[in-house]
Amino acid sequence: MNHMKSLIKISVIFVVLITMTSCRKDTAPNYQFMPNMYAPISYETYGESTAFANGVEAQLSAEGTISRGHSLFEYENSIEGYALAKENLKSSLDSTQVNLDNAKILYDIYCGICHGVKGDGQGNLVKREKILGIPRYDDPARAINEGSIYHTIYYGKNAMGSYANLLNEKERWEVVSYVLKLKADLEK
Amino acid sequence: MRQVIHCKLSTDLLCLGLIILLAFSTSLSAQEGDPATGKTLFNANCAACHQLDKKMTGPALRDVEARLANDQGLDKAWIYAWIRNSAGVIKSGDAYGNKIFNEYGGTAMTAFPQLSDQDINNILAYTAEVKAEPVAQAVESATNTAETSGISNELILGALAILFVLLAAGLYLVNKTLRRFAAAKDIDLPETKRISIWKAFVQNQFLVLVTAIFLLLASAYFVYGYLMQIGVDQGYQPIQPIHFSHKIHTGDNAIDCKYCHSSARVSKTSGIPSLNVCMNCHKSIYEYKGETSVEFTKEFYDGEIKKLYAAAGWDDTAQQYTGDSQPVKWVRIHNLPDFVYFNHSQHVSVAGVECQTCHGPVETMEVVSQFAPLTMGWCIDCHRTTNVKVEGNAYYTKIHEELSKKYGVDKLTAAQMGGLECGKCHY
Ligand code: HEC
Ligand code: HEC
Ligand code: HEC
Ligand code: HEC
Ligand code: HEC
Ligand code: HEC
Ligand code: HEC
Repeated sequence: MNHMKSLIKISVIFVVLITMTSCRKDTAPNYQFMPNMYAPISYETYGESTAFANGVEAQLSAEGTISRGHSLFEYENSIEGYALAKENLKSSLDSTQVNLDNAKILYDIYCGICHGVKGDGQGNLVKREKILGIPRYDDPARAINEGSIYHTIYYGKNAMGSYANLLNEKERWEVVSYVLKLKADLEK
Repeated sequence: MRQVIHCKLSTDLLCLGLIILLAFSTSLSAQEGDPATGKTLFNANCAACHQLDKKMTGPALRDVEARLANDQGLDKAWIYAWIRNSAGVIKSGDAYGNKIFNEYGGTAMTAFPQLSDQDINNILAYTAEVKAEPVAQAVESATNTAETSGISNELILGALAILFVLLAAGLYLVNKTLRRFAAAKDIDLPETKRISIWKAFVQNQFLVLVTAIFLLLASAYFVYGYLMQIGVDQGYQPIQPIHFSHKIHTGDNAIDCKYCHSSARVSKTSGIPSLNVCMNCHKSIYEYKGETSVEFTKEFYDGEIKKLYAAAGWDDTAQQYTGDSQPVKWVRIHNLPDFVYFNHSQHVSVAGVECQTCHGPVETMEVVSQFAPLTMGWCIDCHRTTNVKVEGNAYYTKIHEELSKKYGVDKLTAAQMGGLECGKCHY
């Protein structure tokens, strides 16, 4: 009988220990100790907010205004705008302002995944047949130039999306220079 | 006469041969194209805008040749002309050309003057292929084996546990029956005069002292451990509103972290990508075709992509935005208290620290969890042991020289540059 009792005792202790160690759930955050200054009083980036009608802190800039550090882009998002840009738009950077090493880093992050690091249309997603039909930069039918590339980065084109919110103006022109370099390399 | 008959026979034969040849050649021309090369051509030139069974920028192209011939009475020559220069066809006032051009909102199809008749035939042969049924069988059997191997481990463990219990029970029973036998046979079991082990223990004061100290230390250790983990969210893994798998995106498909967490390059916050970034790819990727498991099936993943479409307000059948979008409420995982300042660009762009150093092997995580404790000690440890990256940073050349002289070292750690000053992180 004695044995039985101690057995029961031991198992009770065991069960208590197990429940104590296993009650921490990973899907809920832990307790905080005196969380006075933990949570922000100001609005958090991309947080919820009651200040605006749609309930989010991130808003588009008011119509007719241009944010600090941005500039007006005069070409429209249309086939005509594209044609105009192809004809008239020239880079705002001269060759000394373009850092091709930096441009390569940006290109490999944002474009290489589809267009391939060499610009031959064989990025990783194409090789894995997730996205198809990416053109080569030296495609004679497209005959891209700096204006058309900038327009394409800015607004996107058909299945390609816009990269205007990921790259700032200087970075966009740097990437344009790098694409032109890739195109020249392909045409060699 | 003979001659004539002979002649007629030979002309007959000739005719027959000609007929056979013709029949053969027409059947040849019908399947002249090679679907395999056609597929490569299609993927390289057309797939940006067309898919076989789904409307994209342009119409679905399965069986386009037969469809145009039956519905519109357009022959191959029209298709050749259209593909080589669709703008020309439209300008020439072609009725169907103008109709479909307007239907697609005046999107211009690229001209392909470089494609030969043979190339186009190959493409058409590819579009005329019968739709392949999904090979569910292979996948099923693969997942089955995975499942059984997962189960078998648990089975073995369970069986072992049961075995142990049975063994213990068996021993107990054997002991009991043996004693009963002994009692029945009137055998005196040598009854050892037992002091209970507890009594012996209590009588030995030295042992009691040692155990007491041991117990105190052990509980202090556990209490300390418990207190120290308060407010530390290591391992925190909330359920996100859209099941977004980093393993699939960054592991399998090797998408760069900064493609999505773009602001980590240039700002304090790393940020969660806005939905237009997702749509850069997901306009074209409308279903999941990769590896699946029992828990995460293809239907599950496809449903998650549908959730993305609903949030972004993208109508996949009409291929356009409805304008009716909702923000996705991602649950934030890594979150420092508000009294600490942490800047991503300083660590990612200036110091060149890899994301994985702080966030762990994210590219293998199906669901992200917090890898580092994010305590002050963690920050300080790294600042003490990590060297400042001075190469290629003109800003550092002078200050690096002076500080190196001051500390008499040739490599500076972040701590020596001031990474331990309270005000750098708390202000
Ligand atoms: C998600 C895949 C994807 C990514 C990433 C991508 N593109 Fe594209 N790109 C495409 C597709 C698809 C097309 C074909 C568009 C069409 O239908 O004409 C294209 C076309 C182009 C063209 C030719 C447009 C023309 O004038 O005909 C250029 C130039 C281009 N991309 C540049 C870029 C640059 C620069 C980047 C990086 C900032 C980039 N792309 C990133 C998918 C992508
Ligand atoms: C830049 C995007 C784009 C590319 C690349 C493209 N197409 Fe098109 N295609 C379209 C659009 C858009 C239409 C609808 C008509 C229009 O708006 O011009 C169309 C229409 C067609 C049609 C008429 C279909 C019908 O149902 O009436 C055919 C055939 C066709 N394309 C074949 C091709 C082939 C073959 C290729 C590859 C060699 C190709 N297209 C590449 C955009 C494209
Ligand atoms: C295709 C876009 C995409 C790519 C590429 C990507 N992420 Fe994410 N990441 C997300 C989204 C969306 C979330 C929010 C949902 C979640 O937490 O799973 C997220 C969340 C995270 C979080 C948790 C954020 C928090 O709330 O604390 C970390 C850490 C993270 N990503 C790191 C990485 C790293 C490291 C890489 C590169 C290996 C990477 N991500 C690549 C889209 C992406
Ligand atoms: C650079 C291209 C790219 C971007 C950007 C991208 N995805 Fe994906 N996504 C993919 C690929 C590739 C797959 C896998 C498709 C396959 O294997 O067939 C995928 C699969 C998925 C799936 C199904 C598998 C899973 O992870 O549950 C979901 C859901 C998904 N993406 C959501 C998102 C969301 C949300 C975003 C934006 C934060 C996003 N994607 C951004 C390329 C991308
Ligand atoms: C030196 C360590 C460190 C490195 C390197 C680092 N992170 Fe972070 N990350 C943190 C810390 C600490 C937080 C919490 C920040 C906060 O709460 O203010 C965080 C938060 C995040 C978040 C969610 C909160 C936010 O800032 O939006 C994401 C997403 C993220 N990191 C992604 C990345 C990616 C992608 C990289 C690589 C480009 C990266 N991190 C590199 C330490 C690091
Ligand atoms: C993986 C190592 C690592 C971790 C973890 C880390 N840091 Fe750093 N940190 C560095 C390095 C390296 C530098 C020096 C950057 C430079 O060259 O300016 C730095 C610099 C800084 C600076 C600027 C110091 C100065 O002298 O201007 C601050 C502030 C900072 N870190 C805050 C933090 C905080 C807060 C955390 C924890 C949440 C943290 N760091 C975690 C490596 C790390
Ligand atoms: C490298 C950045 C860094 C430096 C330098 C630093 N701290 Fe911290 N400190 C942190 C972080 C991160 C936390 C938050 C830890 C947590 O949430 O668990 C913290 C938390 C604290 C807390 C705890 C507050 C609370 O309520 O939990 C105190 C107190 C503190 N720091 C004091 C100091 C003092 C004093 C110094 C100067 C000797 C200093 N710190 C220097 C990063 C730093």
